[in-house]
Amino acid sequence: MTRFARTPVSSSSNSNLISSAVRPNWEAAGFSTASGIQFAKRGRPGPGEGFAVNFIMQDGEEISVQAHEGESLLDVAWANDIDIEGACEASLACSTCHLILDPDSYSKLEEPTDEENDMLDLAFGLTDTSRLGCQVLMNKELDGIVAKLPSMTRNASA
Amino acid sequence: MIRLSLLTRGQPLSQARCSIPTPSTRRTFTPSLLNNNIRSFSTAWTLRNASTESVADPAKPFKVAVIGSGPGGFYAAHRILKHVPQSSIDMFEALPVPHGLVRFGVAPDHPEVKNVMHTFDEVAENPNFTFIGNTSVGTYVTPGSKKADLEISDLRPHYDAILLAYGAHEDRLLGVPNEQSLKGVMAARSFVGFYNGLPEEQDLEVDLSKAETAVVIGQGNVALDVARILLTPLEELKKTDLTERMIKILEKSRVKHVHVVGRRGPLEVAFTAKELREMLQLPDTTFHMDQGLLASEMERSGKTLDRPRKRLMGLLEKGIKESKPDQPKSWSLQFLRSPLGFSGDGDNQLKAIELGINRLEGESSNRKAVATGEKETLACDLAFRSIGYKSVGIQGIPFDERKGVVPNLDGKVVDAEQNIVPGFYASGWLKRGPIGVIATTMADAYQTADTMISDFTSGKAMLNDDTSSKEGGKPLLELLKSKGHKTVSYKDWKKIEQKECELGAKVGKPREKFLTVEEMLKVLD
Repeated sequence: MTRFARTPVSSSSNSNLISSAVRPNWEAAGFSTASGIQFAKRGRPGPGEGFAVNFIMQDGEEISVQAHEGESLLDVAWANDIDIEGACEASLACSTCHLILDPDSYSKLEEPTDEENDMLDLAFGLTDTSRLGCQVLMNKELDGIVAKLPSMTRNASA
Repeated sequence: MIRLSLLTRGQPLSQARCSIPTPSTRRTFTPSLLNNNIRSFSTAWTLRNASTESVADPAKPFKVAVIGSGPGGFYAAHRILKHVPQSSIDMFEALPVPHGLVRFGVAPDHPEVKNVMHTFDEVAENPNFTFIGNTSVGTYVTPGSKKADLEISDLRPHYDAILLAYGAHEDRLLGVPNEQSLKGVMAARSFVGFYNGLPEEQDLEVDLSKAETAVVIGQGNVALDVARILLTPLEELKKTDLTERMIKILEKSRVKHVHVVGRRGPLEVAFTAKELREMLQLPDTTFHMDQGLLASEMERSGKTLDRPRKRLMGLLEKGIKESKPDQPKSWSLQFLRSPLGFSGDGDNQLKAIELGINRLEGESSNRKAVATGEKETLACDLAFRSIGYKSVGIQGIPFDERKGVVPNLDGKVVDAEQNIVPGFYASGWLKRGPIGVIATTMADAYQTADTMISDFTSGKAMLNDDTSSKEGGKPLLELLKSKGHKTVSYKDWKKIEQKECELGAKVGKPREKFLTVEEMLKVLD
């Protein structure tokens, strides 16, 4: 298994990032303080500084990045230019941040809520260890989590 | 997109992804996104090929016109702009306001679904993107249709490709007596358009002050949206962008019972868990359905149900079990019922619907409704037909009347003989029919965009060859101006939107929509 640690983003580049990351109504939309913007402000953790997240892309490529405590997998992906849609911006109204987790990490998580399951039911390629990336918050226990991007986030039937 | 903006130029990237940052090769992500869901292996393969090489001559422009500004158009535009930096896109919209069914279809009490508009706003900020609102393209083939501001033939010389994404404009009829002549019978589509502020539906006669019982024919999410709007406490709806006009009507509403009728059984419902859950959580509302039918159908299906269906059926079971009897309001799911006709009183007002009773035949995966010959009459004051939308053909474009879509292969328009029509593409409901949530449309808009990108990069025939000067929207805007026609830019739309938000803020709503084109345009004077 190849793992690549991502170089942390310097603080100067982060300031650009905030001005260009225009997402109106973050707060109004019910975002917790643990949103992407907040993390962007304090920069990315360097190798070994945060918790490891290993994304497996659709073509099998593995990308290893670092996450802050409490950061969602969707935020981690966005912050590292990993193309997960997240169309509803973590408001549990779509399934476009569907990820397939390694069974070990999956079992460490609390059960998905009914609302998350409702959306997972619309996800393409649903598996027994599927979760919405916006609902999985990183912590020490999940250090080293493997999250596979499904081949397509699509609801074929609804 | 936020993801792209997060990518800092010049930042050292991991070796595995070192090809990302330069704009000319930034089509980067996920060619294999195209795996399972793309019907044609060849398209997936050619795109993969195309995308592993650099995009065609960066000096060669790719001029695209998109007809329609809903998710089908915007997501395709998003993808093309991301992967073909030299592309430029003009998006035409008949109304002054963009976003199609995100604005006019998504229920007002589902504001979180409307977050996709932020992505559309970001697309519109791209300097290579131009929104041309208040400008219809392509007259509908239906006799008597209003002439469009521009025809496809006007656009054709100026672009490499035209993407048709104008959606599904009409509703399907039941084909039974009196469905269009009685007061109180209407299309769910019209009702949804009415309460969401769609200008063309504002003349709809909606009177809930004398109605106690409503029937919705059809068991999809639109049917449940209609039922929910009728039964949700008004205080809740007042916090949404439901139009003030509709709120006034709901203030006088006497609707207490809503029956949601389908011709087949519980396993065949088309609505999804979120919408059902919301119905089951309505306060002061009893839920009825045939528990025996649910049990027998579930038993019959054995273990063959997939997880979503299993959860949905579980939710129905729970709904029956936990339903509080004798609440002031109620709703029901009625199965095995096909409408045979509507009847009214002397004032031409709906009074009842006649239903034919069906039985189910065939495999669990493909149950068919067969008429038993028995009938029943259900008294009602309102009826909404909600059995689907359909697209309408426009002049100069192939159209499949039976399926109600533009015939296409992975988004590439074909004629009746399956011959490719170079340079024409389709996306969204016009492409695959009126089904699916926004994520479904997103995936299929991406598929169409990928087909377009692949065709462009591999040098396939487009609308015009490389020798002709394709000027995009500029000559068209001049033409429209010379005719005295007012177009609306995205910046203009943002002004309209700001005004709507200001008006909404005064009454504690996210926005108060303008109900007429005139009011929208007046903001820009």
